[in-house]
Amino acid sequence: MIDFSIILAGFGGQGILSAGKMAAEAALYEGKEVSWFPSYGPEMRGGTANCSVVISDEPIGSPVVNNADVLICLNQPSVEKFESYLNPGGILIIDSSLFYVEPTRDDIKFIPMEASKIASDLGNMAFATISMLGCMSEATGCFKKESFEAALYEILPERRHKFIPGNMEAFAKGAEFAK
Amino acid sequence: MMAQKKVLMKGNEVIAEAALRAGCRNYFGYPITPQTEVMHYMAKKMVQIGGNFVQAESEVAAINMVYGAAAAGFRVMTSSSSPGISLKQEGISYIAGAELPAVAVNIVRAGPGLGGIQPSQGDYFQACKGGGHGDFRNIVIAPASVQELYELTVEAFNLADKYRMLCMILGDGTLGQMMEPVAFRDVEPIVEPEKPWAACGRGGRAEHNTVTSIYIQPDDLERKNQELVDKYKIIERDEVRYEAIGIEDAEIVIVAFSTCSRICRNVIRQAAELGIKVGMIRPITLWPFPKQIIRDTAALPNVKAFLDIELSAGQMVEDVQIAVRGQKPVHFYGRMGGNLPMQKEILDKIVAIHENPEKEALD
Amino acid sequence: MAVVFEATKGLTGKPFHYCPGCTHGIIHRLIGEVMCELGILEDTVSVASVGCSYNSYEYFACDAVQAAHGRAPAVATGIKRNLKDKVVFTYQGDGDLASIGAAEIIHAAARGEKITAFFVNNAVYGMTSGQMAPTTLLGQVTTTSPFGRDASYQGYPINVSEMIAPLTGAAYVERVTLTDYKNIMNAKKAIKQAFLAQQANLGFTMVEFLSTCPTNWGKEPLEAMDWLKEKMIPQYPLGVFKGEDIDFKKVEADVKAAKEGATA
Repeated sequence: MIDFSIILAGFGGQGILSAGKMAAEAALYEGKEVSWFPSYGPEMRGGTANCSVVISDEPIGSPVVNNADVLICLNQPSVEKFESYLNPGGILIIDSSLFYVEPTRDDIKFIPMEASKIASDLGNMAFATISMLGCMSEATGCFKKESFEAALYEILPERRHKFIPGNMEAFAKGAEFAK
Repeated sequence: MMAQKKVLMKGNEVIAEAALRAGCRNYFGYPITPQTEVMHYMAKKMVQIGGNFVQAESEVAAINMVYGAAAAGFRVMTSSSSPGISLKQEGISYIAGAELPAVAVNIVRAGPGLGGIQPSQGDYFQACKGGGHGDFRNIVIAPASVQELYELTVEAFNLADKYRMLCMILGDGTLGQMMEPVAFRDVEPIVEPEKPWAACGRGGRAEHNTVTSIYIQPDDLERKNQELVDKYKIIERDEVRYEAIGIEDAEIVIVAFSTCSRICRNVIRQAAELGIKVGMIRPITLWPFPKQIIRDTAALPNVKAFLDIELSAGQMVEDVQIAVRGQKPVHFYGRMGGNLPMQKEILDKIVAIHENPEKEALD
Repeated sequence: MAVVFEATKGLTGKPFHYCPGCTHGIIHRLIGEVMCELGILEDTVSVASVGCSYNSYEYFACDAVQAAHGRAPAVATGIKRNLKDKVVFTYQGDGDLASIGAAEIIHAAARGEKITAFFVNNAVYGMTSGQMAPTTLLGQVTTTSPFGRDASYQGYPINVSEMIAPLTGAAYVERVTLTDYKNIMNAKKAIKQAFLAQQANLGFTMVEFLSTCPTNWGKEPLEAMDWLKEKMIPQYPLGVFKGEDIDFKKVEADVKAAKEGATA
């Protein structure tokens, strides 16, 4: 795998940056090269947040993603801004419990999923992005579910390990949308 | 020295961690994007381990606190981004004049003026050609990954102490803001010489120590200048660092540092798929500049042309041209304003040069 | 033969380069004497500034660092933060401290840095040949206020001690002068108190010295003294602006006891 690129975008506070970091951690657990790069500066204060994650078997070139394999969006402006960044055959995943907009392109795969509903059903809104990572993992194989779980155990402090089963449930429910 | 397990960390935080591991117990800074995480990390960790952290009233004050701590004989660091480094140039010149060891980090953003906050390499001239007033040099190191930010920041402290001068880590917004895996060593290779010249109180010494950069008599100052020149020559002889990739059979040789070199690494693979052999010389020290390897490479019969890639209007390329000495055509491609070149843009340039190495070459 | 007087060991003995009638020499000697009397010569680092006293490090027998123009308080901060048990002082003129270094002195005081600033105010730039300083009096003729300082055009003098004293981080601020024996002895006392307050970690300390500059004022030395008394003191009244309530006898005893405790 050479430079598998992901863009995650939404409003600040939706857990975009940490979701990107989780994806990178999962791939790192598999021994892959990874990079994570956030938007920074005034646009953060404008309320939007995005980050790029690159996963590769080779040393990574630019951590800034202009051609994405997967685009995960938690709001409509992000779809409008980043849809054109997707490679042909790329995947657009949106949280359709928050908004719904059809992509303007027909050369990409579109997966609307009720991520926030999954999260609220499980009683933790932080699980929304986790379920979307589950969907991405299932649709692309960019990292394995087991790696994601193992990475969580590694990076989360012990006192937060009790949340991991819930995370993995959200991950699994998200994965179903990719099937 | 066993390497520890890789952890995912932000470039800016790794710089701070590396400094602490290098035994630096002094940080003086002033907030500016995109280097603030260096400061945040220091504000917490430096205080926890009993070191000195001061948020100064200005960049000017910060670099002078650096000067004071270094004069007293202690490892010290400051960090900033381009406009802040401009303000620090006064102190950097004094540090050079007084021959004090210190480390300064510049996480470069696009200029001139307030410019923007996105990545740039537009401070190459400022870093490598003096920046402040007077005849002086700084050792300038350009890491290309978070792992290198760690290793070379530790090394920067050793070099600063070895040569009693400022060592600058020249990064950019990309490198500072990105997370990458980094493996820390269990034990750092710290080499810190005695500092008998430090102004730390006589404590029974027969003579009092003075740290100064003023030499009012022309002959005294010229002698001092000559001492610096001699020191710089030794550094140019002994401390040049670079990475050379596939230059033995390259038709086109890229010269790029830091973030640009990362992008070019991928372009080299793509060019190979098109049947074009591209190599790269990646300066790791920007000063001393790796001119000998560039000159030798230019003499290779397989090499048709050089292509310099920068996040600027073309600054390092002047040093590349000097090194090539007209042996082969030199081309330039740069992006400015905070934009990074796309792989395709560089590849298109390579294809064009491959077709005609002379066309659009620099004068 | 009994020695009745000898030069202080706080100074190197190198002849001063200062002009006749200038008070820098007196201040240097007082600081040198106090360093010896307090037994801190071996434990003091001075920070020289830019101005006539740029090379004060050639005269003070303690370790020294030469600072860029106005930056001495920042340099002293960097030193003192590392040498917490040493005494660190800056020696600055009015252009250095009150103009180009205004930010540095205010923030060093605000941070309560345990340093002492010796501020020599002679209402003019000396070394660069007599330009207007922030402390130049209204009506005073200088090379850059050749028609006399005009408030509507060049603004007003800055009373630095009065400005620094209200800062919570400032522990001791006094303005003194050197016009006669009594004032010189008082200046020496202020120097000693500033060092003691620093050693006791009370906070930032500053002594402002009203000084003469016969050369750039265009006056004979004695005329200059009279001018200082008649013109400068009304604008810059002498006295303690901060730390009046400090019991220096007790501070001195405590500092001495702490020192003996450390060596015991």
